[in-house]
Amino acid sequence: MKIQIKNGRLVDPRNHVDRACDLFVADGCIAGAGAAPAGFRADRTIDAAGLVVAPGLVDLAARLREPGLEYKATLDSELYAAVAGGVTSLACPPDTDPPLDEPGLVEMLKRRAASRNLAHVYPLGALTAKLEGARLAELATLRDAGCVAFSQADAPIPDTAVLWRALQYAATLGVSVWLRPQDPYLARDGVAHDGEVATRLGLPAIPPFAETIALGAILALVRATGTRVHLCRLSTAAGVAMVHAAKAEGLPVTCDAGAHHVHLSEMDLAHYDAHCHLVPPLRSLRDRDALQAGLADGTIDALCSDHTPVDEDAKQMPFGESAPGATGLELLLPLTLKWARERGIALADALARVTCTPARILGIEAGHLAPGAPADVCVFDPEAHVTVSAAGLQSQGKNTPFLGYALPGRVRFTLVGGAVTYEARA
Amino acid sequence: MSVALPDAERLYDALARELRPIVTPATGMIGIQTGGAWVAERLHRDLGLAIPLGTLNISFYRDDYASSGLHANVRPSQIPFDVNGRRIVLVDDVLFTGRTVRGAMNELFDYGRPESISLAVLADRGGRELPIAAQFVGATVAVPPGAKLDLRRDDAGRLSLHLEAGG
Amino acid sequence: MRNPQLNEKGELQHLLAIEGLPREIIVRILDTAASFVGVTEREVKKVPLLRGKSVFNLFFEPSTRTRTTFEIAAKRLSADVINLNIATSSQTKGETLLDTIDNLAAMHADMFVVRHGTSGAAHLIARHVAPHHHVINAGDGRHAHPTQGLLDAYTIRHYKRDFARLAVAVVGDILHSRVARSLIHALTTLGSPDVRVIGPQTLLPTGVESLGVRVFHDMLRGLRDVDVIVMLRLQNERMKGPLLPSAQEFFKCYGLTAEKLAAAKPDAIVMHPGPMNRGVEIDSTVADGRQAVILPQVTFGIAVRMAVMSILGGGAT
Repeated sequence: MKIQIKNGRLVDPRNHVDRACDLFVADGCIAGAGAAPAGFRADRTIDAAGLVVAPGLVDLAARLREPGLEYKATLDSELYAAVAGGVTSLACPPDTDPPLDEPGLVEMLKRRAASRNLAHVYPLGALTAKLEGARLAELATLRDAGCVAFSQADAPIPDTAVLWRALQYAATLGVSVWLRPQDPYLARDGVAHDGEVATRLGLPAIPPFAETIALGAILALVRATGTRVHLCRLSTAAGVAMVHAAKAEGLPVTCDAGAHHVHLSEMDLAHYDAHCHLVPPLRSLRDRDALQAGLADGTIDALCSDHTPVDEDAKQMPFGESAPGATGLELLLPLTLKWARERGIALADALARVTCTPARILGIEAGHLAPGAPADVCVFDPEAHVTVSAAGLQSQGKNTPFLGYALPGRVRFTLVGGAVTYEARA
Repeated sequence: MSVALPDAERLYDALARELRPIVTPATGMIGIQTGGAWVAERLHRDLGLAIPLGTLNISFYRDDYASSGLHANVRPSQIPFDVNGRRIVLVDDVLFTGRTVRGAMNELFDYGRPESISLAVLADRGGRELPIAAQFVGATVAVPPGAKLDLRRDDAGRLSLHLEAGG
Repeated sequence: MRNPQLNEKGELQHLLAIEGLPREIIVRILDTAASFVGVTEREVKKVPLLRGKSVFNLFFEPSTRTRTTFEIAAKRLSADVINLNIATSSQTKGETLLDTIDNLAAMHADMFVVRHGTSGAAHLIARHVAPHHHVINAGDGRHAHPTQGLLDAYTIRHYKRDFARLAVAVVGDILHSRVARSLIHALTTLGSPDVRVIGPQTLLPTGVESLGVRVFHDMLRGLRDVDVIVMLRLQNERMKGPLLPSAQEFFKCYGLTAEKLAAAKPDAIVMHPGPMNRGVEIDSTVADGRQAVILPQVTFGIAVRMAVMSILGGGAT
C-alpha cells in the first residue's frame, strides 16, 4: 500500500521540518517528503490542503482498562479512541486488575492490542509485586515480555528502603522507572488540593508538599543510584522548580504533566464537579501557570492524556467518593493546541511535547517522519473547533471536565504503520 | 378607573357605631393583617376595649400556598389573650371571596375554642366563594370584577379605599 | 455558573449551603422563622402549610438530634415525615446514592432532608432530582450545615439585634466543622465585621482567612471583647492522635471556662451546636451559666427549619 498525502503542512518537530510539502508512505514506512521517490505510484492519495501532517501522537499514560476492568473500557473502544485522537503509540500503566506484574499478562495484552491493528501499545510493568510497594516484581522477565519501563502507577511505595532497592535493581538492568511523586501519608484520604477551594468545599486535602517531599526523596535516590527515572504527572510549581534544578545538576530524569493539569485548576471544581476529581488533584492557578511555563521551557518534557475512562456510575457520586480520572486520548491533541495558542508556542514546539519527546522517553522508534521511520501519521485540521460531547467521544469513558468546551484541532486521518486506521467523516 | 368609592373614614364611623352596642369588657378583638389590623387598632381604642388587641397573619393558612408559595415579609400572629370560651370580633378591611376569613378562623381555632366569632368588615364587595357572611359591615361597595379594592393608611392614620386594576 | 440552590428566577429551590445565598433570602428565612416561633408557643403547634406533602429524612450518617428537629419541624407544618436511616456500609455495595433517591422520588417524596458523611452529597442529589423536588442539606461531610448556620444566625439576631457591630468568635475544630463553615458564611453575608476563629493550627483548614475571618491561636486574645462565642464540638476520634495530644490539653488551651469567658464582653452570649462535651470544649459552669443560650438555639432551630421548609414547599411567589 502506497499513500501520498499531498498539499499539507508537514510538521515534524524532531527533524525540524515545518513546511508545505507532500508526504509519501510505502510499506508501512515513510518513503520521503517533498518530491516523490523514484517510481512511487500512490494507491491512495489523501488531500491534506489546509491540514497539518504531523507524526502520530505518543501518549505516555493511557489506561485501557484491560485486563480486569472491562466494564470501564475495552481495548477495542480505547484503541479506536486513540487513533480517533491521532494517538498512534501509547504507554499503559500497570494498574490493571490484576496488575501487570506477570509476563503472561503483559504478553497477552501486547498480543491482544497488536491484533487490533490500531495504536501501538507499550505496557509499563509493575515495579513491585501486585503494586503493593513491598516486594520487587520480576523486572528482567517483564522486560523480556515487552515492558518498556516500570512503574507503580498511582500506588505508593511507603517504605523508602524498598524504593531505594527497586531503583538499584532497575539500574542494574538498565531499565527506567516511572514514578509519580506523592507522599502517601500526606495524601491519605485527600481528594483535592489543599487550598481555598478545598477549605470552602470541606474536601479532605492533599498539600502541595506531598509532591515535593516525595520528589526530594526520589531525586536523592536517583543521585545515589544513577537510575533513569521518569517523573509522572507533576502538579506543583515547587515540583517544577525541583525538576528544573535536578536537570541542571545533570540527573538522568525526565518528566511529564497531564493535559488536564496544564489547563485546569482547583477553581474548576466549582460546585463539586466530579469530572474534576483527578489524580493528582487540580492545584492552584499559580501551579497551573508553572506547569504551562515548565512545558514551554522544556523542564516538563512531555504532555500526556493520563487517559482514565471511568464509568458514569462511578462519577455520579459525592465528589470524594467518585472515581478519579478523566478520559483524555481524544483530547490530547486539542489540549496541546490550546496550550500552544494561549502561550504563543510555535506549532512544531508544541507538537514535540506529544510526539518526539515522549517517544524518546519511551525509547521507541516513533514520533517523527524521517524517511524509513514507521508511518504513524496524524493529519489534522488546526483551525476546526470541536465541541466536546459524550456522543462525540469514541472512548467508552465520557468523563471529562471539558464537556461542552469548543477545543481547537480536529483529527482527519490517522495512519498507523502506513495504514489508515481512522478517517473522520468529511 | 372611574368608580366612585366611598370615604373609608365614614365607613369606619358606621362600623364603629354598629359594634359599640355589642362589645363588652370581655370581648376579644382580632384584626387580620395588614388592613384589618389597622381598622381593629382604631376600633379597639375608640370602643375602649380592655383586653389587648390581637392580630392574625394568615400566611400559614392560605389556601393558595401550593400555587403562590409563602408570602414574603411574614409578620407573626399575636394573640395576647386566651381565646378559649371568649366572644371574639374578627376584623378585616375588605370582604371578598371569604378565603382570608376561612384561613383566619382556622388559625384562630389552633389557639383554642372561642365561644363565638363574629366578623366585622369595613367594606363588603361581594363575590363570595365560600359560605361566609359578615355580621357588621361599614358599607357594601360595588367593584368591577377583576379589580382589587385596597385599604391604605396615610401617615396621619387616615384610612382610604383605592381600586387597582388586575388582581 | 448558576448557584445550584436557586432556580432561574433566583428563588430558593434547595437549601444546600449558606455560601452563595443572597442576603435577602437569609433575612427572609430568619423573618419567617420569627413567625414560627409564635406558632410553637400556641395550644395547637401546627400549621397546615405542608399538609399532604411528604418529607423524607435521609440520614446516611447517624444523628438523632438533627433528625428529630427536622421531624418536628415537618410535622408542625403538617407534612408526612418518613425517616430513613441508611447505613453507609449497605450503600457501598449495591444500590448507589442516586438509585436510592430515584426510588424515593418514585414514592412521591416532595422534600429530601439529607445528612451524608461526604462533602457535596446534597449538591449531587440536588443536581439529580426533578425540579419539583426540594433538597435540604442537613449536613454534608465537613462542608455545610446550613440550617444550623441559620439557627445560629437567628439566635445571634434574637439576642444582639444587629449584625453590623458584632464581634463573633468560633472556637475549636474548624477544620472538620460544617457548622463553622455555614455560620461563618451567614455572618459575613449578614454583615458582621469581625468574625474570628480560634484554635490550634491542626484544627484550622488551610487558607481559612479566605472565608473572611481572623485567626487566633490564643484563646484569651481571641475572645477579647467579643459579643458572641460559638464553641464547636470536638469529635471523640480527634481528641487523641496527630491533631491533638489529649482532651485534657485541649480543654486547658481552648475549653471555655468562666475565667476565659471574662475576656469577652460582659453581655456576650455563649452558643454550642450540641451535643456538648462538658469538660472538653466547655466547662459546666459556663454551659449552665446565665450567658449560655444553648437551649434557646434548639428551640429556634425548629422554627428556622419550619421556615426553610415552608419557603421551599410552596408554589412560586
